[in-house]
Amino acid sequence: MKTEREAANGGASPAMEGRFKRELVALIPHLRAFARTLTGDQASADDLAQDALMKAWDARASYQMGTNMKAWTFMILRNQFYSEKRRSWRQTQLDQEAAERTLVAVDDPQSPVALDEMRLALAMLPAEQREALILVGAGGFAYEEAAEICGCAVGTVKSRVSRARRALQSILEAGAYPRDGRAASEAMGAILAAVEHMAQTR
Amino acid sequence: MESSSGPGGRGRKPPPAHEPRRAIDEARLRQQAIGVKLRQMFEQVVNEPIPQEFLDILRRGDEALSGADED
Repeated sequence: MKTEREAANGGASPAMEGRFKRELVALIPHLRAFARTLTGDQASADDLAQDALMKAWDARASYQMGTNMKAWTFMILRNQFYSEKRRSWRQTQLDQEAAERTLVAVDDPQSPVALDEMRLALAMLPAEQREALILVGAGGFAYEEAAEICGCAVGTVKSRVSRARRALQSILEAGAYPRDGRAASEAMGAILAAVEHMAQTR
Repeated sequence: MESSSGPGGRGRKPPPAHEPRRAIDEARLRQQAIGVKLRQMFEQVVNEPIPQEFLDILRRGDEALSGADED
Protein backbone atom coordinates (compact mmCIF):
# COMPACT_ATOMS: atom_id res chain seq x y z
CA MET A 1 0.00 0.00 0.00
CA LYS A 2 1.22 3.45 -0.80
CA THR A 3 1.75 5.76 2.13
CA GLU A 4 -0.03 9.09 2.11
CA ARG A 5 3.30 10.84 1.67
CA GLU A 6 4.17 8.84 -1.42
CA ALA A 7 0.73 9.47 -2.82
CA ALA A 8 1.15 13.18 -2.16
CA ASN A 9 4.51 13.30 -3.86
CA GLY A 10 3.02 11.70 -6.90
CA GLY A 11 0.53 14.49 -7.63
CA ALA A 12 0.94 18.07 -6.50
CA SER A 13 3.23 20.61 -8.17
CA PRO A 14 5.82 22.50 -6.08
CA ALA A 15 3.72 25.66 -6.44
CA MET A 16 0.67 23.88 -5.06
CA GLU A 17 2.73 22.44 -2.22
CA GLY A 18 3.95 25.95 -1.39
CA ARG A 19 0.47 27.40 -1.41
CA PHE A 20 -0.84 24.54 0.70
CA LYS A 21 1.94 25.06 3.20
CA ARG A 22 1.37 28.82 3.45
CA GLU A 23 -2.32 28.31 4.08
CA LEU A 24 -1.60 25.62 6.62
CA VAL A 25 0.84 27.87 8.52
CA ALA A 26 -1.81 30.60 8.64
CA LEU A 27 -4.20 28.13 10.27
CA ILE A 28 -1.82 27.01 13.04
CA PRO A 29 -3.00 29.67 15.53
CA HIS A 30 -6.62 28.65 14.97
CA LEU A 31 -5.82 24.97 15.36
CA ARG A 32 -4.04 25.71 18.62
CA ALA A 33 -7.03 27.68 19.89
CA PHE A 34 -9.50 24.95 18.96
CA ALA A 35 -7.27 22.29 20.54
CA ARG A 36 -7.04 24.35 23.72
CA THR A 37 -10.81 24.38 24.10
CA LEU A 38 -11.03 20.64 23.47
CA THR A 39 -8.35 19.54 25.92
CA GLY A 40 -8.48 22.41 28.38
CA ASP A 41 -4.73 22.68 28.93
CA GLN A 42 -1.93 24.11 26.89
CA ALA A 43 0.55 21.23 26.81
CA SER A 44 -1.81 18.53 25.62
CA ALA A 45 -3.54 21.00 23.32
CA ASP A 46 -0.27 21.77 21.55
CA ASP A 47 0.51 18.04 21.29
CA LEU A 48 -2.88 17.52 19.71
CA ALA A 49 -2.51 20.48 17.34
CA GLN A 50 0.95 19.26 16.27
CA ASP A 51 -0.39 15.78 15.56
CA ALA A 52 -3.20 17.32 13.54
CA LEU A 53 -0.75 19.49 11.63
CA MET A 54 1.35 16.44 10.75
CA LYS A 55 -1.74 14.54 9.64
CA ALA A 56 -2.91 17.46 7.51
CA TRP A 57 0.51 17.72 5.88
CA ASP A 58 0.63 13.99 5.19
CA ALA A 59 -2.90 14.04 3.79
CA ARG A 60 -2.34 17.09 1.58
CA ALA A 61 -2.89 15.02 -1.54
CA SER A 62 -6.47 14.40 -0.48
CA TYR A 63 -7.17 18.10 0.04
CA GLN A 64 -8.81 19.93 -2.82
CA MET A 65 -7.29 23.36 -3.27
CA GLY A 66 -9.87 26.11 -3.05
CA THR A 67 -12.18 24.25 -0.66
CA ASN A 68 -12.47 25.23 2.98
CA MET A 69 -9.07 24.36 4.42
CA LYS A 70 -9.93 25.67 7.86
CA ALA A 71 -12.89 23.29 8.17
CA TRP A 72 -10.77 20.46 6.75
CA THR A 73 -7.98 20.92 9.31
CA PHE A 74 -10.43 21.38 12.18
CA MET A 75 -12.03 18.09 11.20
CA ILE A 76 -8.64 16.37 11.24
CA LEU A 77 -7.87 17.83 14.65
CA ARG A 78 -11.23 16.84 16.04
CA ASN A 79 -10.94 13.27 14.73
CA GLN A 80 -7.48 13.05 16.24
CA PHE A 81 -8.80 14.27 19.60
CA TYR A 82 -11.57 11.68 19.73
CA SER A 83 -9.45 8.78 18.52
CA GLU A 84 -6.91 9.55 21.26
CA LYS A 85 -9.75 9.81 23.71
CA ARG A 86 -11.06 6.41 22.70
CA ARG A 87 -7.63 4.89 23.16
CA SER A 88 -7.44 6.00 26.74
CA TRP A 89 -10.37 4.91 28.89
CA ARG A 90 -9.28 7.16 31.73
CA GLN A 91 -9.76 10.10 29.45
CA THR A 92 -13.54 9.80 29.69
CA GLN A 93 -13.29 11.19 33.21
CA LEU A 94 -10.90 13.93 32.18
CA ASP A 95 -13.29 16.80 31.57
CA GLN A 96 -14.98 16.53 34.93
CA GLU A 97 -11.76 15.88 36.82
CA ALA A 98 -9.96 18.75 35.14
CA ALA A 99 -12.83 21.06 35.92
CA GLU A 100 -12.87 20.04 39.56
CA ARG A 101 -9.10 20.35 39.93
CA THR A 102 -9.12 23.79 38.38
CA LEU A 103 -12.04 24.89 40.52
CA VAL A 104 -9.91 24.16 43.54
CA ALA A 105 -6.79 25.70 42.01
CA VAL A 106 -8.58 28.90 41.06
CA ASP A 107 -9.58 29.56 44.65
CA ASP A 108 -7.22 32.50 44.67
CA PRO A 109 -8.53 36.02 45.20
CA GLN A 110 -5.75 37.44 43.04
CA SER A 111 -6.61 35.48 39.91
CA PRO A 112 -8.15 37.43 37.04
CA VAL A 113 -11.79 36.45 36.95
CA ALA A 114 -13.66 36.57 33.70
CA LEU A 115 -11.63 34.56 31.19
CA ASP A 116 -10.66 31.92 33.72
CA GLU A 117 -14.25 31.54 34.81
CA MET A 118 -15.27 31.14 31.19
CA ARG A 119 -12.67 28.39 30.68
CA LEU A 120 -13.86 26.57 33.79
CA ALA A 121 -17.48 26.85 32.81
CA LEU A 122 -16.67 25.59 29.30
CA ALA A 123 -14.77 22.64 30.73
CA MET A 124 -17.92 21.61 32.57
CA LEU A 125 -20.02 21.31 29.42
CA PRO A 126 -20.44 17.97 27.65
CA ALA A 127 -17.77 17.70 24.94
CA GLU A 128 -20.18 17.77 22.01
CA GLN A 129 -21.86 20.94 23.27
CA ARG A 130 -18.54 22.60 23.94
CA GLU A 131 -17.12 21.93 20.48
CA ALA A 132 -20.33 23.06 18.74
CA LEU A 133 -20.40 26.30 20.69
CA ILE A 134 -16.72 26.99 20.07
CA LEU A 135 -16.91 26.30 16.35
CA VAL A 136 -19.95 28.52 15.83
CA GLY A 137 -19.51 31.05 18.61
CA ALA A 138 -15.76 31.63 18.43
CA GLY A 139 -14.31 29.84 15.41
CA GLY A 140 -16.44 31.73 12.91
CA PHE A 141 -17.98 28.64 11.28
CA ALA A 142 -21.50 28.52 9.89
CA TYR A 143 -23.80 25.87 11.34
CA GLU A 144 -23.44 23.88 8.12
CA GLU A 145 -19.64 23.90 8.35
CA ALA A 146 -19.70 22.97 12.03
CA ALA A 147 -22.03 20.09 11.18
CA GLU A 148 -19.57 18.84 8.61
CA ILE A 149 -16.66 19.12 11.02
CA CYS A 150 -18.54 17.24 13.75
CA GLY A 151 -20.06 14.71 11.37
CA CYS A 152 -23.64 15.37 12.41
CA ALA A 153 -26.81 17.06 11.16
CA VAL A 154 -27.14 20.84 11.03
CA GLY A 155 -30.13 20.69 13.37
CA THR A 156 -28.06 18.74 15.87
CA VAL A 157 -25.39 21.45 15.86
CA LYS A 158 -28.03 24.13 16.33
CA SER A 159 -29.54 22.41 19.31
CA ARG A 160 -26.12 21.68 20.83
CA VAL A 161 -25.11 25.32 20.50
CA SER A 162 -28.31 26.52 22.05
CA ARG A 163 -28.08 24.03 24.94
CA ALA A 164 -24.43 24.97 25.45
CA ARG A 165 -25.29 28.66 25.65
CA ARG A 166 -27.98 28.06 28.22
CA ALA A 167 -25.80 25.72 30.26
CA LEU A 168 -22.87 28.11 30.20
CA GLN A 169 -25.05 30.92 31.41
CA SER A 170 -26.44 28.92 34.29
CA ILE A 171 -23.01 27.62 35.28
CA LEU A 172 -21.67 31.17 35.34
CA GLU A 173 -24.66 32.51 37.23
CA ALA A 174 -25.54 29.73 39.58
CA GLY A 175 -22.51 29.79 41.80
CA ALA A 176 -20.46 27.03 40.28
CA TYR A 177 -17.57 28.82 41.94
CA PRO A 178 -18.35 28.94 45.62
CA ARG A 179 -15.45 30.98 46.86
CA ASP A 180 -16.55 33.30 49.60
CA GLY A 181 -20.29 33.65 49.67
CA ARG A 182 -20.52 36.60 47.28
CA ALA A 183 -19.10 34.65 44.40
CA ALA A 184 -22.33 33.28 42.93
CA SER A 185 -22.82 35.99 40.34
CA GLU A 186 -19.28 37.33 40.38
CA ALA A 187 -18.23 35.68 37.16
CA MET A 188 -21.24 36.92 35.25
CA GLY A 189 -20.82 40.36 36.76
CA ALA A 190 -17.21 40.56 35.63
CA ILE A 191 -18.13 39.39 32.15
CA LEU A 192 -20.95 41.92 31.85
CA ALA A 193 -18.67 44.69 33.04
CA ALA A 194 -16.09 43.75 30.42
CA VAL A 195 -18.71 43.79 27.68
CA GLU A 196 -20.10 47.14 28.78
CA HIS A 197 -16.59 48.51 28.67
CA MET A 198 -16.12 47.14 25.16
CA ALA A 199 -19.44 48.58 24.02
CA GLN A 200 -18.41 52.00 25.30
CA THR A 201 -15.05 51.96 23.61
CA ARG A 202 -16.43 50.67 20.31
CA MET B 1 -45.31 59.74 55.74
CA GLU B 2 -48.86 59.07 54.68
CA SER B 3 -49.55 56.41 52.21
CA SER B 4 -51.30 57.43 49.03
CA SER B 5 -51.93 53.92 47.88
CA GLY B 6 -55.69 54.27 48.30
CA PRO B 7 -58.31 53.43 50.92
CA GLY B 8 -57.37 50.80 53.41
CA GLY B 9 -53.81 50.77 52.08
CA ARG B 10 -54.11 47.23 50.90
CA GLY B 11 -50.69 47.62 49.32
CA ARG B 12 -51.34 45.33 46.37
CA LYS B 13 -48.85 46.17 43.71
CA PRO B 14 -49.98 46.42 40.10
CA PRO B 15 -48.51 43.67 37.95
CA PRO B 16 -45.03 44.72 36.84
CA ALA B 17 -45.69 44.87 33.13
CA HIS B 18 -42.16 45.99 32.30
CA GLU B 19 -40.43 43.11 34.03
CA PRO B 20 -40.76 40.30 31.49
CA ARG B 21 -39.33 42.58 28.86
CA ARG B 22 -36.47 43.61 31.10
CA ALA B 23 -35.78 39.95 31.83
CA ILE B 24 -35.63 39.17 28.12
CA ASP B 25 -33.31 42.10 27.48
CA GLU B 26 -31.08 41.04 30.31
CA ALA B 27 -30.99 37.44 29.11
CA ARG B 28 -30.04 38.70 25.67
CA LEU B 29 -27.32 40.91 27.10
CA ARG B 30 -25.94 38.01 29.09
CA GLN B 31 -25.85 35.75 26.04
CA GLN B 32 -24.14 38.51 24.11
CA ALA B 33 -21.64 38.86 26.94
CA ILE B 34 -20.91 35.14 26.84
CA GLY B 35 -20.40 35.31 23.09
CA VAL B 36 -17.95 38.18 23.37
CA LYS B 37 -16.01 36.46 26.12
CA LEU B 38 -15.91 33.22 24.17
CA ARG B 39 -14.44 34.94 21.14
CA GLN B 40 -11.98 36.80 23.37
CA MET B 41 -10.84 33.55 24.90
CA PHE B 42 -10.33 31.98 21.48
CA GLU B 43 -8.63 35.05 20.03
CA GLN B 44 -6.26 35.19 22.95
CA VAL B 45 -4.76 31.86 21.88
CA VAL B 46 -4.93 32.77 18.18
CA ASN B 47 -2.85 35.85 18.91
CA GLU B 48 -0.10 33.95 20.71
CA PRO B 49 3.12 33.59 18.71
CA ILE B 50 3.35 30.23 16.94
CA PRO B 51 5.66 27.91 18.89
CA GLN B 52 8.71 26.87 16.86
CA GLU B 53 7.79 23.16 17.11
CA PHE B 54 4.89 23.75 14.75
CA LEU B 55 7.04 25.36 12.10
CA ASP B 56 9.62 22.60 12.52
CA ILE B 57 6.99 20.01 11.60
CA LEU B 58 6.41 21.67 8.24
CA ARG B 59 10.12 22.27 7.70
CA ARG B 60 10.77 18.55 8.24
CA GLY B 61 7.93 17.85 5.84
CA ASP B 62 9.66 20.00 3.24
CA GLU B 63 13.00 18.27 3.80
CA ALA B 64 11.42 14.86 3.44
CA LEU B 65 9.85 16.07 0.25
CA SER B 66 13.04 17.39 -1.33
CA GLY B 67 14.86 14.24 -0.12
CA ALA B 68 12.27 12.13 -1.89
CA ASP B 69 12.58 14.23 -5.05
CA GLU B 70 16.30 13.58 -5.20
CA ASP B 71 15.81 9.80 -5.04
